[in-house]
Amino acid sequence: MQDFIEQSLFFGPVISLALYEVGLLIKRRYKLAILNPLLITAIVLIAFLAVSGVEYDSYNASAKYISYFLTPATVALAVPLYEQFKLLKDNLAAVLCGILAGVLTSLVSILLLSKLFGLTHEQYVTLLPKSITTAIGMGVSEEMGGITAITVAVICVTGMIGDMTSEWLFKILRIRHPVAKGLALGTASHAMGTAKAMEMGEVEGAMGSLAIVTAGLLTVIGASFFAQFL
Amino acid sequence: MKILRQFLIILLISLLGEILSWLLPFPVPASVYGLVLMMAALMTGAILIPQVKEAAVILIELMPVMFIPAAVGLMTVWEKLRPMVVPVIVITFVTTLLVMGATGLVTQKVIEKTEKGSEN
Repeated sequence: MQDFIEQSLFFGPVISLALYEVGLLIKRRYKLAILNPLLITAIVLIAFLAVSGVEYDSYNASAKYISYFLTPATVALAVPLYEQFKLLKDNLAAVLCGILAGVLTSLVSILLLSKLFGLTHEQYVTLLPKSITTAIGMGVSEEMGGITAITVAVICVTGMIGDMTSEWLFKILRIRHPVAKGLALGTASHAMGTAKAMEMGEVEGAMGSLAIVTAGLLTVIGASFFAQFL
Repeated sequence: MKILRQFLIILLISLLGEILSWLLPFPVPASVYGLVLMMAALMTGAILIPQVKEAAVILIELMPVMFIPAAVGLMTVWEKLRPMVVPVIVITFVTTLLVMGATGLVTQKVIEKTEKGSEN
């Protein structure tokens, strides 16, 4: 079977997409943030490969073609960003200050906690891009010598935490303005946070999507600087 | 053949991003150079939204599944993950709340200030 899977062009993509579809169904049925379709897919696939004894490389021999369009898809993120550009211009000071504060908080707190836990450089740069969209964060981790697979998982979990804690956190800190809520969710928890922001309202959702790319780009610049601190 | 040309434009920008990433010494992925190039092209009017819109929507919609192989790659780095599991959980939880709080509070403060300013 290993031989077949290694040569197959469709095994990896089919099993990945099919499980993702199941993940989406489960998510739609129960609507819990912890049921993130990407995470469910990854866990079920890992369990399946481990039980059946299929090597990751055999699976990835064909699954890797799904990721072929990742760079073009990231390039395509410029389109929604451009379409929300008016929103950015109308709230320029608030948007830039808010996102910048978030990005700096992220980098500084990860640096301090990594030092506290005595993490190595490799472990530290793996975590640095954790709050930004996977498309950018995965590339940043790779460029800086991080462990990409862990970065992807941590980014996923970050999205789930933002989704699950935002309502509670906004209440405690009295964050009430829709622009502030949207930017906070997008900056801290990328696309998953933005999905939550969209449930809260239109302004929240638009601000969230604006924050995804803006925070991603600011983090690219900030992380390359912060990488040398540990 | 509209969608073909849209893909061509997006792939061309991706290629330019790759070239920049290869030429320049910064730890910036090709995709980010491409994203910035595309944004610049849209802002200067070199590329118009209708020339890329449908392909962009398709690509963005498909994006989550493109991370599956990387996420499954976790099984190959088990050994590296095990010694850092506790720090990773603590750091992920704490920093996410800090970032969300900081962004929200700063944004709200700036909005309150500017709104007060415009009333006076």
